[in-house]
Amino acid sequence: MNDIMTAKNLNLWYDKTQALKNVNITIPEKSITAFIGPSGCGKSTFLKTLNRMNDLIPTVRITGEISYNGQNIYDSTVDVNELRREIGMVFQKPNPFPMSIYDNIAYGPRTHGIRSKVKLDEIVEQSLRDAAIWDEVKDRLKKNALGMSGGQQQRLCIARALAVKPKILLMDEPTSALDPISTLRIEELAIELKKSYTIVIVTHNMQQAVRISDNTAFFLMGELIEYGETEKLFSQPEDKRTEDYITGRFG
Amino acid sequence: MKKNKMIERAIHGVFLILGLLTVGCVLLITVYLVISGIPAITEIGIFDFLFGKKWASTAAEPSYGILPFILTSVYGTAGAILIGVPIGFFTAVYLSKIANPKIKAFMEGAVSLLAGIPSVVYGLVGMLVLVPSVREIFDIPDGASLFSAIIVLAIMILPSIIKVSMTALEAVPKEYEDASLALGATPVETYFRVSVPAAKSGIAAAVVLGVGRAIGEAMAVMMVSGNVPNMPSLFQSVRFLTTAVASEMSYSSGLQQQALFSIALVLFLFIMLINATLNFFLKREKD
Amino acid sequence: MLSKKRKAYIGGMKAAMYISTGITAVFVIFLVAYVFIKGIPNISWELLSTKPSYISGNIGILPDILNTIYIVLTTLIVVIPLGVGAAIYLTEYAKNKKIVGIIEYAAETLSGIPSIIYGSVGMLFFCEFLGFRKSLLAGAMTLVIMNLPTVMRTTQESLKTVPQSYRDGAFGLGAGKWRVIRKVVLPGCVDGVITGCILSVGRILGESAALLFTAGFAHALNGIIDGLSSPGASLTVALYVYAKEQGEFGIAFAIAAILMILTLLINLSAALVSRYFMKKRKF
Repeated sequence: MNDIMTAKNLNLWYDKTQALKNVNITIPEKSITAFIGPSGCGKSTFLKTLNRMNDLIPTVRITGEISYNGQNIYDSTVDVNELRREIGMVFQKPNPFPMSIYDNIAYGPRTHGIRSKVKLDEIVEQSLRDAAIWDEVKDRLKKNALGMSGGQQQRLCIARALAVKPKILLMDEPTSALDPISTLRIEELAIELKKSYTIVIVTHNMQQAVRISDNTAFFLMGELIEYGETEKLFSQPEDKRTEDYITGRFG
Repeated sequence: MKKNKMIERAIHGVFLILGLLTVGCVLLITVYLVISGIPAITEIGIFDFLFGKKWASTAAEPSYGILPFILTSVYGTAGAILIGVPIGFFTAVYLSKIANPKIKAFMEGAVSLLAGIPSVVYGLVGMLVLVPSVREIFDIPDGASLFSAIIVLAIMILPSIIKVSMTALEAVPKEYEDASLALGATPVETYFRVSVPAAKSGIAAAVVLGVGRAIGEAMAVMMVSGNVPNMPSLFQSVRFLTTAVASEMSYSSGLQQQALFSIALVLFLFIMLINATLNFFLKREKD
Repeated sequence: MLSKKRKAYIGGMKAAMYISTGITAVFVIFLVAYVFIKGIPNISWELLSTKPSYISGNIGILPDILNTIYIVLTTLIVVIPLGVGAAIYLTEYAKNKKIVGIIEYAAETLSGIPSIIYGSVGMLFFCEFLGFRKSLLAGAMTLVIMNLPTVMRTTQESLKTVPQSYRDGAFGLGAGKWRVIRKVVLPGCVDGVITGCILSVGRILGESAALLFTAGFAHALNGIIDGLSSPGASLTVALYVYAKEQGEFGIAFAIAAILMILTLLINLSAALVSRYFMKKRKF
């Protein structure tokens, strides 16, 4: 399997506090990579460096390199908007726009210049199908998205991210606000999606990491402690701290 | 014990009366306007009053048609909205989303000042700067015109529009904006295509508030509009509903004064309609 | 890279924002500068300390300054107890949601009514019906109605920050409702009353249309007692009369500059006070 993203000696500071310390990691294509670790360990921060969402916080300073398709994404020649189109994101709290279901999905393609109604209809349907929510919403595409249940909203957000045809999907604890059944549906969806997309998921839930991910990275206090195949990391962790965490001794 | 209870009850009564005071004031104003406004309307005839094109209250054969005032107020307000809303709206987006804290603080102070300047000061500067410039630029005999009034009103409604829109824009959850940015939209695209639609009820409320301010303004308009009861035309002297009341009230009597109260009643009905619209938008913003 | 269309859209929106903000800023700076440049040279000690006289041709605005002060004081003295009382009723007594709704709707309606309507009704009610004739008192009473919603609302806001537990604690000690209000609730509304005062003073200083037909436009020099029962122009009304009726633009600009300085001071104190209360609430 090819590697699609690589971080080299990545450090990140919020003002004067260092939130990420010398992180090195390679993420393979068309697989699910899970980031686990206790709250505040830097896993979400690191996820956001992958599509430069941290740029929006003025006090953030970053050193090191993240390459995507062989290009350093922090290079000044990189178009950050194009980067974010290719590396989509799904957030912790479902955040559909306060618009119709259709307009939510069409927002991305429209932003990137697609105006034709026929083409938009096609993209909307395909994205909703890919996110396994088409059958539930096809009769109410013009209804406000905020009227849907939390689980549906989150799948809508995934569909919205898919609509701009990304290569990678970053998911920041996408099920932490959902009930168990909705969680299960998102997990099934993630496994389905990895056939065509690379998925990086931050999760609080270790069972979730075991259930869906191929590789797992364990973060602690801004450091990447251990990274490897999920099965191996959970059965024979190399580091004592990983073992303590996955056996529930802290966190 | 009994005495205590009586006192408590009396005090409750006093506060109840104070609480109902605002309601009393609204009723007082409504009742007074209706009682003093209806007689002239019945005497003149509602159709002749509302749709009569000629106002000549002091003529030997007086004529009381207020269509010129109604239309002037409507056109003047529409013009002020047309100019003031875009300026106020874009300023609000810039200040709430993009401006650095120093510029934002300065501009917020400036906007508050604009809101606090007495309307006669606007009128004075309008009279001495705007009116002569309008006369020269457009080469007309008198610069005191509907156009000058529109400009003054547009500036006067800016603070309401900017402040209320900013409050609405700042209340848009950051999650919406993050979602848009993560889809590859630029910040500017995000503000106009996600934040603004999300704040649309609040922005609509800002516009309605501006309408209320513009239609109710009297003194500044009186000083720059020439105050002649013509049918409205952009570069002619005109008289608004408010200025019609203001300009004759101090020396009027009899049917003339009653007719002025009828005008005030018409203005009041406009304002009540605007208030109802405003409430509708504010409620929607809350939900 | 961004397509041409997107670049044009972004550029257009940015330009619209910069231009609009620029226009707003220019308006404010121009207004302030123009009024100061035209007005301040005309402000003299003589102007501030004399009354106008047709015999000597002198123009002084001392009566207008005093009238304004009388109106501000009278209005505040009446409106504060009324507004605070109304707010206390709403937050402490009213249990019926419908009544609260009606009162709040009435307050909103009042704040939307144009001042010319206040002036007309004030003239009928205070000057004619209650027999105050054209006088500062009639003007001040009209302004009381105009400012009632402001004082009520700011007091309500500050009462909302008084923790319910304080009230419960006092009730738990067996205090009657009135006692609780005096000891716990009233001290809590000081913030609101001060903010309400500042906002009201600003509104009163700027008001003209509501005063024209209720307080009139005389320039007689009076003490507060005589002043209240006689007609008199406030600074704004005097500005209007000097500019529109008498063509005394120098005097008008001097008054405008004074009003501008007062507006600046009021905005400044409003900002300082709200910052102070914010800090206080945090701790």
